[in-house]
Amino acid sequence: MTPSAEAASRAEVLARIADVPYARFLGLRLELAGDEMTAILPYHDRLIGNPMLPAIHGGVLGALMEMTALAQLAVSRSSAGQGGGLAKPIDVTVEYLRSGRPVDTFARALIKRMGRRIANVHVEAWQEARGAPIAALHGHFLLPSES
Amino acid sequence: MSEPITHHPGFLKAMNLGSPQTRELGVETLEVGEDWALLRVPYKPEMVGDPETGVIAGGVVTTLLDHACGQAVMARLGQPTTIATLDLRIDYMRPAEPNQSVYARAHCYKLGRSVAFVRATAYDRTADDPVATAQAAFMLNSSSTRPRGAA
Repeated sequence: MTPSAEAASRAEVLARIADVPYARFLGLRLELAGDEMTAILPYHDRLIGNPMLPAIHGGVLGALMEMTALAQLAVSRSSAGQGGGLAKPIDVTVEYLRSGRPVDTFARALIKRMGRRIANVHVEAWQEARGAPIAALHGHFLLPSES
Repeated sequence: MSEPITHHPGFLKAMNLGSPQTRELGVETLEVGEDWALLRVPYKPEMVGDPETGVIAGGVVTTLLDHACGQAVMARLGQPTTIATLDLRIDYMRPAEPNQSVYARAHCYKLGRSVAFVRATAYDRTADDPVATAQAAFMLNSSSTRPRGAA
């Protein structure tokens, strides 16, 4: 693939993921800088779990990081010329470090190992400062089989 | 002795409606016991994670399990308390069936002075054929200007 075709195919992969009904429900945006992807969850009232604090629902942060991992896997596989289709989570561990404030949230995933069938991915989510993450996820994902 | 307030399904139902995210998802508390809670999230087309199969997004199950675990802690505490999720581990066994509600039953099996431990199972038909299982730890009385953990 030429570099521009590769970029186009990555962008197409991300557009397809951002168009998934649940990603639209969250309002998720996926942005590419080369092969690095940042997921952006713009703040919206419906993301709140505890209105007293207020704080974004822990489940939403877990979901955001899970989607970030799936999107990064799809981008990396597309770059490697491997077929489309989304990976499936096998297990995830979510650590909550700070409460999610009512502002935009960002997340980036790092693929620690991409095997033939299984990938290990770490994700961090942050708000005001990249160095002060609000949550982290690490998990195993089943890769779509080559067809 | 009167029944603890958090054992009234009405109390946890009000909590679900007071939380914009669970209200949007349609999360409902069906039953509450001394140290457990049974919740349900209905199938909605806008919650689909895989348009090809119509399977609900893993993130919806994540939110349901997190919420159910928190309510089991509330049930065991017996009174409204600020709690924060420290960690949540989820194992996904199989995709949920399209057009089916997903249920989550959470059990707070240990309540310490600062921390509570919870296990939960999500299923669509019967509890012995789970969609996912979860294990979580919560911090109790997590009230400060910026508490550790998520609400």
